[in-house]
Amino acid sequence: MENAAAEYSIKGILKQLLTYKSGVFGISLLVLLILISVYTMITIPYSTAIELWRGGENVWIENPRNAQPTWIRYLGKNLPETIKRDSTQAGRVGTIKVLTPIPERNMKLLHISFSFDYEYDDFPSEINIFFTSKYNTSAPLLRIYWIKPSGTKINLMTYIPRSQEERLSLSINPTVSNRLYAYTVNVLGGEPQVPLLVEQAMFAMEDETMNSTLTATPMKGKYELIIEGTLYGEDSDVDAKLIVYGKVYGLAGTDHLRRDLTVALLWGTPIALSFGLTASLTISLLQLLIATISGYYGGKVDSAIQRLTEGYMILPFLPFLILIATFYRLDIWILLLVIIVLSVFGGGVKSTRALVMQIKEYPYIEAAKAYGASSKRIILLYIIPKILPPIVPGLIGSVPGYVFLEAALSLLGLGDPYLPSWGKIIEDSYAGGALYKGHYYWVLEPASMLILTALAFSFLGFALDKIVNPKLREV
Amino acid sequence: MSEDEELLEVENLRKWFELRKGLFSSPLYVKAVDGVSFKLKKGEAISLVGESGSGKTTLGKTILRLYEPTGGTIKIKGRDITHLKSNELMWYRRETALIEQDPYGALPSFFSIHRILEEPLIIHKFGNAEERRKRVREVLEEVRLTPIEDFAPKYPHMLSGGQLQRVAIARALTLRPELVVADEPVSMLDASVRIEILNLLRELQEKRKISFIYITHDLTTTKYFSEKLFIMYAGKIVEIGDMLKVVHNPLHPYTEALLKAIPDPDPRNREILRDVPPGEPPNLVNPPSGCRFHPRCPYKMDICQKEEPPVFEPENGRFVLCWLHAKK
Repeated sequence: MENAAAEYSIKGILKQLLTYKSGVFGISLLVLLILISVYTMITIPYSTAIELWRGGENVWIENPRNAQPTWIRYLGKNLPETIKRDSTQAGRVGTIKVLTPIPERNMKLLHISFSFDYEYDDFPSEINIFFTSKYNTSAPLLRIYWIKPSGTKINLMTYIPRSQEERLSLSINPTVSNRLYAYTVNVLGGEPQVPLLVEQAMFAMEDETMNSTLTATPMKGKYELIIEGTLYGEDSDVDAKLIVYGKVYGLAGTDHLRRDLTVALLWGTPIALSFGLTASLTISLLQLLIATISGYYGGKVDSAIQRLTEGYMILPFLPFLILIATFYRLDIWILLLVIIVLSVFGGGVKSTRALVMQIKEYPYIEAAKAYGASSKRIILLYIIPKILPPIVPGLIGSVPGYVFLEAALSLLGLGDPYLPSWGKIIEDSYAGGALYKGHYYWVLEPASMLILTALAFSFLGFALDKIVNPKLREV
Repeated sequence: MSEDEELLEVENLRKWFELRKGLFSSPLYVKAVDGVSFKLKKGEAISLVGESGSGKTTLGKTILRLYEPTGGTIKIKGRDITHLKSNELMWYRRETALIEQDPYGALPSFFSIHRILEEPLIIHKFGNAEERRKRVREVLEEVRLTPIEDFAPKYPHMLSGGQLQRVAIARALTLRPELVVADEPVSMLDASVRIEILNLLRELQEKRKISFIYITHDLTTTKYFSEKLFIMYAGKIVEIGDMLKVVHNPLHPYTEALLKAIPDPDPRNREILRDVPPGEPPNLVNPPSGCRFHPRCPYKMDICQKEEPPVFEPENGRFVLCWLHAKK
């Protein structure tokens, strides 16, 4: 004889879960998400995550803006990766720095050469040179040249660093732009239809395709950037760092602030899991307790709790939550608390109370009263263990709802102001016009993490439901 | 306490359930137990017999104070416990126990047998874990669920109905009560294990000198168990007497009817039509005037409709609520 009671032990449920495909699927997804969370918490501690996410542009200055994930290259064009050359690491591949003092004139001649092979199908997104200069009285005078694989040498500009740390953004420099325009006109033998962008002109094939930004194609081969300069003073020195920003970055790409999305996607996992699980568990267990007290004691206690619940159920939950979150900029855990407080007297109280009303008439409850069990003992040890198994599927199934709620609030700009979460990425991408600009990865990555989490808990919930409600099995 | 001393004294006990309370109308009551008086000696076993709806279960549970009595008094060892609050009742809970009808529902499915038997001991702060284990072993041995090592760690769904009822009996005995109310303890069991359980109950009752109230609708099972019969009808005990005397010479017409209704297993009697009183048990919200049995009584007299019969004692030790015995 198969008895329902046998299936209601925790061990029994777990054992049975593995006999359902949806159970195995849900559990493996959940285990994966938990592993990601643990990995994240260990490798990127909370403070580091906040620093990385809120540290401003300097943290990520060497990353390309709005770069797609690297693996996108396997699906289509060979998009460029970021190329870096640093003169402080002279001697490395493609990096030469020579400093020659001129005797008796208290001057030095500087020669820096950065070279690299460029074999990609698309132009870089941006080109920056970072200068670190050391001088006493007069600033150094630098001349910057660009040599294409065809051998063409272009004098990009003459540059005088004004402070010790300077960034030269070639992409938006008017002098460079003008020089390259002249070069384009020279190649075409006339004015181009649509003038090329700086990084396009620097990398374009020298033919009629330079006529427009739409037709320009990158020239493959060895490029070289040469910085020649004159330095004044005994201990003067100049170092340069060339960064040719690509169009792909890392596992997840970057956002509009050059931030590595991996950080936010990883950190979103423990946040989503803990937020969803805590909200669902706390709300379900509190509702369970309230419902049991209401159903067991009956009378005035019951009436009071039921009327309160009905009042709560009429309250518009989301507008209320938005109101509170707008007035008080809440961090995620306070937000969680507000959600719990707003939901404890929810519909769950009603359905669980109905179960309690039924169970409290069971003979074993009466027997317990007959041997002197207190009401507290009966509620906690005799009724709750009996109703817990049937409500577990609902509890697990409601986790995605709270994960989505957090994302929705973030999307409305009401989420945690510091923590990186999936909802935050979607908010950023929405504000950054991701879909309009074609940055699909920016939206799809957090969205698929959300869906994955929802699937994990939903499948688990379905399987649990089949176990504790055997009637569903035949369907 | 001597053998003959009264353990339980019930005096005019009433338990009315409120049906509904209108805003303006006066409340209606189901008079499930309506003026019951009897005494129970220490170590005495009685059978409380009546059809369903006669209030026998309510009476048993009211005596155990699972229901708050509406009126009357319940005294145990001379102490009035009628209206004590639940925290003052703990000693009474120790002295009394309940065995229920449904062995499948009477045990919490999520506790092991050991835990089920230990619960009353934990609640009454009996000894330490070792002493409790010893007591659990003792009671399991008493109800012959052996080997104990096999049964103690099991869960209720692993046992058969008869075994479950043995566990329920063991649980009733863990606190060594003086009064046990068994509410149809065998009616849901297979016929084959009924007599076994009844004999076990009888044996334990005699061994431990327990006062026993055996509630049943089945007169045939009473002979295995007790020497005294209480017949209940519509919230009142209508006849009290020694088992054999009542069975062979029923004084109340209802008792007579009950005895006639017992099926006869002898195939030679299969053609005999049974003379069973017509009608249904009365509505307890609005019971008939006078004697409650009069609408179904074959010996109905005028007085039966007008006046409720008092307790008559036509023979020594036999009490009956019936006007037929008024003159004797």
